[in-house]
Amino acid sequence: MTNHYIDLKNSDVILIMGSNAAEHHPLAFKWILRAKENGARIIHVDPRYTRTSARCDYHVPIRSGTDIAFLGGMINYIINDQKYFRDYVVNYTNASFLVSPDFSFKDGLFSGYDAEKRKYNKDTWTFQMDANGVPLKDPSLQDPHSVFQHLKRHYARYTLDKVSSITGVSKENLLKVYEEYSATGAPDKAGTECYALGWTHHTSGSQNIRTMAIIQLLLGNMGIAGGGINALRGEPNVQGSTDHCILYGNLPGYLKMPTASLDTLGRYLDKYTPKSNDPQSANYYQNYPSFFVSWLKSLYGDAATPENGFGYSWLPKMDDGKHYSQLHLFEKMYEGRIKGLFAVGTDPAVSSPNSNKTRKALEKLDWLVCSNIFDNETASFWFGPGVDPKQVKTEVFLLPAAATMEKEGSQSNSGRWVQWKYKAATPPGDAISCGDIQIRMMDAVKALYAKEGGPNAESILNLKWDYKDRQGNMDVLKVARQINGHWEADVEVVENGAKKIVKKGGLVPTFGMLKSDGTTSCGNWIMSGSFGADGENKMTRRGKDDPTGLGLYPNWSFAWPVNRRVIYNRASCDINGKPYNPNRKLLEWTGEKWVGDVPDGPWPPMADKEKGKYPFIMKADGVGSIFGPGMVDGPFPEHYEPLEGPLDHNPLSGQLINPAIEIFSGESDQVHNASEKFPYVCTTYSCTEHWCSGALTRWQAWLLEMQPEAYVEIGEALAQELGIFNGSKVRVSSARGKTTCVAMVTKRFTPFTVEGRTVHQVGMPFNYGWLYPEDGGDSANILTTTVGDANTFCPEYKAFMVNITRL
Amino acid sequence: MELTRRGFLKLTGAVGASSALGLNFKPVNAYAADLGKMNRIKSAKQYTTICAYCSCGCGLICSVDSLTGKIFNIEGDPENPINEGALCAKGAGFFDLTEANKHRLTKVRYRAPYSDRWEEKDWDWAFSRIARMVKDARDKDFVTTNEKGLLVNRTESIAHLGSSNIDNEECWLISQSVRAMGLVYIDHQARV
Repeated sequence: MTNHYIDLKNSDVILIMGSNAAEHHPLAFKWILRAKENGARIIHVDPRYTRTSARCDYHVPIRSGTDIAFLGGMINYIINDQKYFRDYVVNYTNASFLVSPDFSFKDGLFSGYDAEKRKYNKDTWTFQMDANGVPLKDPSLQDPHSVFQHLKRHYARYTLDKVSSITGVSKENLLKVYEEYSATGAPDKAGTECYALGWTHHTSGSQNIRTMAIIQLLLGNMGIAGGGINALRGEPNVQGSTDHCILYGNLPGYLKMPTASLDTLGRYLDKYTPKSNDPQSANYYQNYPSFFVSWLKSLYGDAATPENGFGYSWLPKMDDGKHYSQLHLFEKMYEGRIKGLFAVGTDPAVSSPNSNKTRKALEKLDWLVCSNIFDNETASFWFGPGVDPKQVKTEVFLLPAAATMEKEGSQSNSGRWVQWKYKAATPPGDAISCGDIQIRMMDAVKALYAKEGGPNAESILNLKWDYKDRQGNMDVLKVARQINGHWEADVEVVENGAKKIVKKGGLVPTFGMLKSDGTTSCGNWIMSGSFGADGENKMTRRGKDDPTGLGLYPNWSFAWPVNRRVIYNRASCDINGKPYNPNRKLLEWTGEKWVGDVPDGPWPPMADKEKGKYPFIMKADGVGSIFGPGMVDGPFPEHYEPLEGPLDHNPLSGQLINPAIEIFSGESDQVHNASEKFPYVCTTYSCTEHWCSGALTRWQAWLLEMQPEAYVEIGEALAQELGIFNGSKVRVSSARGKTTCVAMVTKRFTPFTVEGRTVHQVGMPFNYGWLYPEDGGDSANILTTTVGDANTFCPEYKAFMVNITRL
Repeated sequence: MELTRRGFLKLTGAVGASSALGLNFKPVNAYAADLGKMNRIKSAKQYTTICAYCSCGCGLICSVDSLTGKIFNIEGDPENPINEGALCAKGAGFFDLTEANKHRLTKVRYRAPYSDRWEEKDWDWAFSRIARMVKDARDKDFVTTNEKGLLVNRTESIAHLGSSNIDNEECWLISQSVRAMGLVYIDHQARV
């Protein structure tokens, strides 16, 4: 989230799209209702009428997988009807930048496309530069090469008729949403968007979000109270686990995982340290070397020295252009090329797409180590449906883990609040925390390498791994302080204008003081400052003061970065630092300093041509990117059909599917697009009583009683066509597999008119698995496709095709 | 013994009802046990924690019996500004994640190749066996240089998944140690 949960109350219009907030984030929804009580309008755009729809001002049904078409139409409306916030767009975005004349867009493809590799060369997705290397601008926004004019031309194609025909949304409904939401382009109005898996689980998931980001920039809704783009994320510490990057492509703090061609620390830092020639751009990522070298010091401790490049050569390197995501991981495993898997607190046999393939892949492992508080379908795959244990070679460990209230530590919510938890009880039996499991397992690995040696043993032997207390248990505070960062030498620093010597071993108070010379270590730069130099653990704070009245609660827990509650917050003020909305004053420049939330940097506002800086300090150009090379599938979002959908053509261009997605085409990856065999659009979702794969909640009697078994939700019209009644037992099948469950005939799904014909959509919850409860049904992912977003490889769980037959 | 008005009425009522059938101390004993419970509630320790489902970060309070160290109640933390004491259905049922849930895993389970059953093992055996498997798999397939001859120091034969349902400090330990081992197939629920 750019903002945070409580801040939702500050909004004037809340667009909930790609989320069923009332059922999946009930306490987030409380803040949405708080906004409603204050007079805000709440709009729900979703394929299905849900409890969220019931509490919103109105619901707009949309066909799964057509969000970019819907939002692209809104961009077109905002530009044509001049609803954009001109002052903001000119000063705080790259709308005025002049794009390279070599850039083009034709029939669904941007310049630089290589059809064979399904990849773009982004060399033309750039700006024209002046003699000093600063982007050329046209603040009038009239130059045909300006980003604004490109944007206007691109989305002029997204007419009401076209969008309505693609999305199945009536033109009246489109206009109603467009008008109401774009009214937040007024300086004193705030609009926000809440999304969840309904946006990320698509082949164009990242671009769904980016389209909304463009709208928010056009309307001046970024960096303000009640604004932003807010992901209602679905797991308790998914923010923290992402921040610490248990992800193939990133290292803690979103540092880049090195690739083979970056064979020296120098080359690596050169590639990832952005440069700007504009003196008014803070270009904060110019500090990248300090963050990265300090991270290497946290990894290898004293063994990381300037002489050995701080151990850079010991790090694993990915092959350039290759990906190692969960989709690729199971592909490799299916090919028999992965021998061992650790699955910590996760149940991929239920949660990964194309379950038949995933489960077959597990059978090819030599060993599998699972750590959980309950058994699940992954740990027990070897006696799953259709599996003969006598044929499965895999050696399996199921390690008993502590539950969350049986251990001390911190958890980061979606609003980046890092809250401390205390240990209330000891775990039952032999169970220990996942941290203890990792420490002791790694101790055993280190001991073997110390004794026997092995390839690149230095990396394992030099791993700094002294995180146990006197009793031999994980010392969580020691780990937390290591994440915050330490001085690695006695260093002279300047604090508040005065010089002083800090001692080796002391805590670094903020990432602004990290160094690239090895004199600091920091396990994750964005968390630097979670401890004070005096040793205060700010994550434990429980202060309830709210000086701005906006619900920032600056003394409750710690929010990264540097306790900033709303990121990009300098954009809430005009170029002189005066708040655009005096009634919701997030920040204000007094002439000497910023007052309010922790500002995005201390510099004066940008009207001060000498010392002032642009507001988007993490962007090299200092402004929000309406156009940019950040995505692999285009500098502007474009609508493509899902990999498997009801249409055999894309009404907007000759490109049916996202041209940059990777196609998995093994024997288990059958896809039937626009096929009579599988005529119904299907989507998946959760319910209030279950969580994710249900691996925790299906074992709880109270919750299971409320939601005991899998079902498929079918609209009344389709049910009548198929002779299916509420409670009928049905088979749902796709090109990948089939499953049986009960039918829930509902008014909540209504047919869409798409390209002149009727398209039915159905939906299934993804919370069930064969292990428990007995006869509760199996995973909806038996039906889903192995395909992911072009940028993130988030699987497409939200749009695929099925057939339904009554049993 | 401190008698509240409500307790006194309950006591006299119980004695009144039983006196017709002769003297019966059972209800009195039950009352005394209730008082014990009251004291245990008064002496219970409270610990704050954060919910383990969605990412709102709702606060919870765990009440722990001072005699047994067991959690006997979990409810919303009214001080937490996010949830202000309220919880959803899952959060309200948090108690069912404690050891009171008979499905909790309490022993290391091991399934040998081609076996059709779990066996119970101890931690020392498990860690030494896992370390052996890790080292054998890593050393056998270790990729020191790639096809272009560039130093890559990675293992592609071991993968790691999870988790977004463990604490930050645990996530960080995993993130650091899997890199030190040379893994590249690293992912978790943020993607799925």
